[in-house]
Amino acid sequence: MIKDEIKNNLENQIRDWIVKNPKRIYFTIDKKDIKTVAKFLHRDKKMRLSTITGADNEINFELLYHFGLDATGEIFSVRVFLEKDKPEIDSLVEIFRASDWVEREIHEMLGINFVGHHQLKHLLLDDDWPKDDFPLRKSRKNG
Amino acid sequence: MAERKIVPIGPYHPLQEEPEFFKLIVEGEHVVELEIDIGYNHRGIEKLAEEKHWDQITFLVERICGICSNSHPFAYCLAGEDLLGIEVPERANYIRMIIDELQRLHSHLLWLGLAGHFIGYNTIWMWAWKAREPVLDLFELISGNRQNYAMLKIGGVRRDIKEEAYPVIRKTIKNLYPTLKMFQKAIQDDPVIQTRTRGVGILKKEDGISFGAVGPTARASGIDIDVRRDDRYARYDTLSWSVITRNEGDIHAKLLVRVLEMIESCSIIEQCLDRIPKGEIETEVRDIPQGEGIGRVEAPRGECFHYIRSDGTNRPVRHKIRAPSFVNVATNLVTVPGYTISDAALTLAAVDPCYCCTERSAAFTLTGEKILKGEDLIRLSIEKTEKIKKIYGNDKK
Repeated sequence: MIKDEIKNNLENQIRDWIVKNPKRIYFTIDKKDIKTVAKFLHRDKKMRLSTITGADNEINFELLYHFGLDATGEIFSVRVFLEKDKPEIDSLVEIFRASDWVEREIHEMLGINFVGHHQLKHLLLDDDWPKDDFPLRKSRKNG
Repeated sequence: MAERKIVPIGPYHPLQEEPEFFKLIVEGEHVVELEIDIGYNHRGIEKLAEEKHWDQITFLVERICGICSNSHPFAYCLAGEDLLGIEVPERANYIRMIIDELQRLHSHLLWLGLAGHFIGYNTIWMWAWKAREPVLDLFELISGNRQNYAMLKIGGVRRDIKEEAYPVIRKTIKNLYPTLKMFQKAIQDDPVIQTRTRGVGILKKEDGISFGAVGPTARASGIDIDVRRDDRYARYDTLSWSVITRNEGDIHAKLLVRVLEMIESCSIIEQCLDRIPKGEIETEVRDIPQGEGIGRVEAPRGECFHYIRSDGTNRPVRHKIRAPSFVNVATNLVTVPGYTISDAALTLAAVDPCYCCTERSAAFTLTGEKILKGEDLIRLSIEKTEKIKKIYGNDKK
C-alpha cells in the first residue's frame, strides 16, 4: 500500500494525515522538509507534481503541493504553512521543472519567496506591475 | 561560431492565434535557445471566482477556453462533488462523457487542421475543419450552442440529451470513422507530412516527466497517463477503450496519438449511447459546506485540475485552476532549441496551446452604419439552431 509506505518513510515529517476519501489524501509538513518530501514522492514513488495551490489565510499563508500518482489515481496534497511576515520556502526547481512556472505565479500573486529559484520574475503580470502589490492577498483593496 | 540573433514571434503575430511571446535566439537558421513570455491573456479568473456564487462559477470557468469549454466546468463540478462527497445520477455521468468526448473530437480536429496549415498542407486544414463542422452541429442540436454548452452543474447536468438526438449522434459518428481512418493513413504514408514532422521537436520522456507534461504531449513521449483511466471519474472504467501512447516524442507521434484518440472517442460515444440508462439527471445540491475538494478531468490537451475551498458561505475562499497548457507550453523550452526556425512554428503549435477564439462579428456599411446589431445576431443564431434541428429532424425519418 502506497499510503503506508509514505507514512512509514516520512513518519518524522508528517504532522497531520487526513484521508478525505481513498483517492484524496492531505498531510501537513514543516516548510524545512519540503525538499525531502518532494524528492521522496517524485523520485522514489514516481509521482507527478500537478500544481501548487497558494492561499492567503490572513493569519498565515498556505501552500498545497498536489502530487498525483498516476498508477492509482490518488492525489497526495502536501500542506505547508508559512509565516505572515516573511513568507519563504525552498524552491523545488532543481528536483523537477514542473514547479518552475507555478512558483513564479505564486510569487507574483501572493508574494511568497521561493529560495533557490533561478529566475523568480513575473510570469503572468507585467514587468511594470508594482513590486509590493500582490493580487491574491486578502489584505489588498478588493482582495 | 555564427553570430547570435533574436527572432521574435509574438505577442501579436500571424503565426499565433493567441497572444504569447516567443523569443527565438538563433545562429543562422538554427534555434539555440528559447524564451517564453506569457501573461498577455491573463484575465484573473481565480480572483473573479472568489466573488461569484458557486453556481455562477460553472459559467465563469466555461469561458476560460473556447475550445475545451466543457473540461473546466467538468473538473470544477467534480471538485464540488469531491467536497460534498456525493455521487451524481448514472444518466448524468453518461451525458457528461458524451459531451466530453464530442468536445475531444472537435478539439483534436481543430488542432489537426491547424497543424496541416502550419506545415503548409492546407488540404488537411480544410478536410479536418469540414469534418469538425458536423460535430459542432451536434453541440448546437444538444445544447443550442456551438461553444460554451452550459451543460454541467455541481450534482449533475442542466439539460438532458433527448432520445430523438441519439440516431443523429450515431449517424454523425459513423460518418466520421472513414474520415479519421483517412487521416490516419495520410499521416502514416504521406511523404510531405513525414518529412516535416518525423524526428522534429522531440520531447524526451525524462524531460516530459520533469516538466510534468500531460495529455497527448506526454503520451506521444511514452508517458502512459490518462486521467480518464487513472482517476476513474464518470463511468470510463466500465467502457472498453484504450489509452494511445507512442515512444518517439516527435510531432509525428503527437499527430498520430491525437488521430487514434479520436477513433477511441468515437467508440466511447457509441458505447455510451448503447448503455445510457433512463432516469434523473441531477442530485440536488443546496449548500456547499466548509471543506476542500479536488477535481480533475482529461481535457483534450491533458489533465485539467481544479481545487476549491469553501468556508461554508456561498462563494469559494480559494479556487485554483491549472489548465493543461500551463505545463505543456513550458516543454517548448526543450523541444524548440536544436531545430530550425521553420520547424519552431510547428513545434510551438504541436502541444496544442489553448486558443481563446471566441469572436464577435459586426458588419458596417461604408458610411459607418451598422448593418447587424446584437439582437440581429441573436435572431440569426436562433434561426440557425432551429434550421439544424429541422434538418436533423427530417434526417432521422
